[in-house]
Amino acid sequence: MIQEKNKKGALIPLVAAIVLLLAVILLENISTFLPQGSVPSVLMPTSQLFSVLKKGAVYSLAAVSMNLLNGFTGLFSLGQAGFMLLGAYTYAILSVPVADRAAVYYLYGGSAVNFSFQDLFGSIFGTEGLGGAVSMGLGVAVAMLLAGCVAAVFAYFIGLPVLRLKSDYLAIATLGFAEIIKAVFQWQALGPVTNGANMIKSFPTFSSFNISDASGNVILRLATFFPFLVSILCIAVICMLINSSYGRAFKAIREDEIAAEAMGIDLAKHKMLSFCTSAFFAGVSGALFAMFVNNAQAKVYTTTMTYEILLIVVIGGIGSISGSCIATFLYVACSEWWLRFLDNEVILSSGAKLPFLRAGFRMVVFSVVIMIVVLFFRKGIMGDREITDLFQKRPRAGKEAAK
Amino acid sequence: MKKFLAGALSAALMLSLLAGCGGGTPAASGGTTSGGAAAPSGTPASGDKVIKVGVFEPASGDSASGGKKETLGMQFANAETPTVEVGGETYTVQLVLSDNGSTTDKAPSAAADLVSQNVAIVLGSYGSGVSMAASDTFKEAGIAAMGVTCTNPNVTAGNDHYFRICFLDNFQAQVLANFAMEKFQAKTAYCLGETGNEYDQGLIAFFEQVFTANGGKVIKDSFPTNNSDFNSYLNKAKAEGADVIFTPVSIAYATQIITQAQSLGITAPFLGSDTLDDNMVLEAANGTDIQLYVSTFYQEGGAPTFDQGIKDYINSNASAKDANGGNDTIAAVTAMGYDAYYVALEAIKAAGSADPAAIKAALPGVTYTGVSGAIAFDDIGDAIRDTAYIKHSTNTNAWELETVQKAS
Amino acid sequence: MEFAISILISGISVGGQYALIAIGYTMVYGILRLINFAHGDVFMVGGLLGIYLTASLPLYLSLPLVLVLTVALGFCIERVAYKPLRSAPRMSVMISAIGVSYLIQNTATYITGGQPMTYPVIPFLSDTVKIAGTSTKWVTILTPFLVLALVLALTQLIQHTKVGMAMRAVAKDFETSQLMGIKINSVISVTFVIGSALAAVGSMLYFTNFQAITPTAGALPGLRAFVAAVVGGIGSIPGAVVGAFIIGICENVIKSTEFTVFSDAGTFALLILILVVKPTGLFGEKVTDKV
Repeated sequence: MIQEKNKKGALIPLVAAIVLLLAVILLENISTFLPQGSVPSVLMPTSQLFSVLKKGAVYSLAAVSMNLLNGFTGLFSLGQAGFMLLGAYTYAILSVPVADRAAVYYLYGGSAVNFSFQDLFGSIFGTEGLGGAVSMGLGVAVAMLLAGCVAAVFAYFIGLPVLRLKSDYLAIATLGFAEIIKAVFQWQALGPVTNGANMIKSFPTFSSFNISDASGNVILRLATFFPFLVSILCIAVICMLINSSYGRAFKAIREDEIAAEAMGIDLAKHKMLSFCTSAFFAGVSGALFAMFVNNAQAKVYTTTMTYEILLIVVIGGIGSISGSCIATFLYVACSEWWLRFLDNEVILSSGAKLPFLRAGFRMVVFSVVIMIVVLFFRKGIMGDREITDLFQKRPRAGKEAAK
Repeated sequence: MKKFLAGALSAALMLSLLAGCGGGTPAASGGTTSGGAAAPSGTPASGDKVIKVGVFEPASGDSASGGKKETLGMQFANAETPTVEVGGETYTVQLVLSDNGSTTDKAPSAAADLVSQNVAIVLGSYGSGVSMAASDTFKEAGIAAMGVTCTNPNVTAGNDHYFRICFLDNFQAQVLANFAMEKFQAKTAYCLGETGNEYDQGLIAFFEQVFTANGGKVIKDSFPTNNSDFNSYLNKAKAEGADVIFTPVSIAYATQIITQAQSLGITAPFLGSDTLDDNMVLEAANGTDIQLYVSTFYQEGGAPTFDQGIKDYINSNASAKDANGGNDTIAAVTAMGYDAYYVALEAIKAAGSADPAAIKAALPGVTYTGVSGAIAFDDIGDAIRDTAYIKHSTNTNAWELETVQKAS
Repeated sequence: MEFAISILISGISVGGQYALIAIGYTMVYGILRLINFAHGDVFMVGGLLGIYLTASLPLYLSLPLVLVLTVALGFCIERVAYKPLRSAPRMSVMISAIGVSYLIQNTATYITGGQPMTYPVIPFLSDTVKIAGTSTKWVTILTPFLVLALVLALTQLIQHTKVGMAMRAVAKDFETSQLMGIKINSVISVTFVIGSALAAVGSMLYFTNFQAITPTAGALPGLRAFVAAVVGGIGSIPGAVVGAFIIGICENVIKSTEFTVFSDAGTFALLILILVVKPTGLFGEKVTDKV
């Protein structure tokens, strides 16, 4: 969303990001300000809207990090789900409070890792009131950072052999690694750490960020704000990377490897940098995803998930960050919210059933829509342009006209 | 434009090709016609007061088959008793269905869908993983959820809004392990479950605990998701001289295992958990020499009026029959779904209002005697149950009650 | 010993079935440089068609019809989803393949209602037979022979017919062969027709052995067959067959050890090893990049 075309250009996206975050807070809390009974159900805090917004924020980070690799560097990798899994598990393992570990790891008689950041910071700042909030926030932040780091470190070691491969072969090799990582995390022998097939839960989730008063009533909701904040921060970093000299090197590699090498770009170094950075943010988005679904379980991080994210990247436009973000929200809202009515049978007043409508029809319609987009809007929503390009053209034209 | 037309036409052709063979086939094959959809969700309210009951069940994905049968029980109960008296007023009960797709990543938004439709209480899900994933969504909304056949201990542990009316994995595994030792004097058990499935692996872990504590030996294996070749596993069980084979797996895998065991000539008895109590599994065992024993919540014949009622309901309603896999054998989950609906009604009556918070407060105190036995909740929110039925396949498309096991 | 034989038998049999799918992958890749992700799902549809058609028609009619309809599906997919993208970047075509796969799986879920379906019993093939002390189905024994026969027929077709020559030419150089007057589109269609026909035969053998079909039933055999094609050297038909047998046997050997969790991971580890050591696979031709 942010593209640093020039010094002035940086200001607009910054303001836009802040406005967006404020809008999210307002949207989330509007139901408390409006008088009871007059709140439209879509704005209630439990509405589908917020579920979609949260998932959208999480997936847009995953999509942008995939776009960095596939769209900007031209490395076709299908390891996204594997890196998200690493991030999710790292975050989960380091965040479950020690007190809850026996219950979570009930099959293994407790966890091998008897440590959590929340408890660590809790012993410094206290566990109640403001201190508790600070230690929770810090704990989440540190665990999330580590989640990204673990994914990046794994990416480094995977990248050593794999990055020498070209296009499709790279895709298949990374896909293979994602499957191997998944199998390792499901291995019962590692149960005391990974909880085997069971899910890890009881760690801080998005709703832990809602601020409530002494009697437990929520006074300020931040559950949707939090994933937006993290995603926007991370996407901003990715944008800065893309607009730096590294980013230009990435694009050169995408356009033509041999030419790029001739220009003096160190291929191995830049590919590795892009691969690890992408994995880092995939790890962070994995941690966010674990927070969204309230658990970490290896069987969710399938190749289907990678394909889903890849579809989002393509629909948004390969090489467009704002495109990926817009596409994510459209994709999530369509698949989980707007089309849901197609799953329910409708009986007309005449007693006749509307044809086709029954469970599963939603996904059929959805996949047809996707095929249409893939076939007829080949460049995706944004192509390789950014949303800021659209804004910038008009003012310039206006100025010239004024002169 | 021409290209677009050509594309659209061919797409239509492709779809109709698929749909054509789906719809065009008569039901002769028994259960292989176009699949069962969830029947219409309750009767549309005709201006009266309506109370909505959320049905949080999978209608697609690996657990679809079980989820649909469970939903069927609720729909039948709803058809039987479509109204409830609350504070002197008659409310129409409307079931609101939401498909959680059997996956934990779709579960929170499916749950949010129910919550946004203002349901008063939620029933479900079949499958513990999705229940746990959706748990927080219900908690935030202050809605009580009642698990019907999710047997994992973690569903209800550590919260005050999730309840369940079935027994737990550790109880079930204990019953089966004891049964294996008593009935077959088993010394070696071969356990096979799906990799990364908490239901399978949890049951196997508990089974192992009990079995090894009593001096038995356990060999554990897991197969990857979507696997369909079980020959190597079964041959291994045979080579290791397993006395019993414990397979607490999903329905699709169970049918494969049974048919492949038949062609390999496996003689060791198979033990299954509540998921195997399903007519597709029964059909797979039909006409074979496989000995198949399952533990379950309900045995057909336990409540004759219910049996008759649900059979009539299934046979009079094509989509219900599809959902039940094409015949009228009653699955235990259907009976459980039926009971869950009535427990929910009891809770609504006890609360005396349609307010979710009041219902949540009233639920722990509810007691009800359903077709699957007496239901009351302990302080964790689990049903106090000490009975599991063990039945075996007669291999003529029917179950026969083997024994009723009480907790020891 | 008995156990070892049974592992080997099921490895070879499954390998044969993977081979039939792998040929479809490898031929398409050889000509279009496209990983046809939808191929595994075409295989699954072949199975579903088998169920629906045998329910209403006698076997001698339904099985050929399965073949014809599966081929029609493969042909339609190529015409609708891949042909319009012929000049587009390779990634777009691959995405289109993923989209088709998604569409087929969702449609199958819709039609079957998510219930696992049971494949009909085909007389003789489903009968049990005992060899070397282990009992198995006839289909297990016949698969490798049938596969070899089909592959021989296919190589004859490719080596000695005009269509075969055209296919080889297109695989060698897309543009030049076009200039030489080869009708690219019909050659590609023939490739898809052959691939789908073999997938249909594969589905009959595979699902006779493993009878339950779910909408995702094609995903795992498809993925393994693809891995087999890469291991053998993608683009090479004998490579695909050899690779498929290797993968089939490896998978079953891992399943016989105590590391069953890694039966898929092991396959992928083998794949990565081969890619790193010999990126073109066992029988692949060395491709040099043109500047």
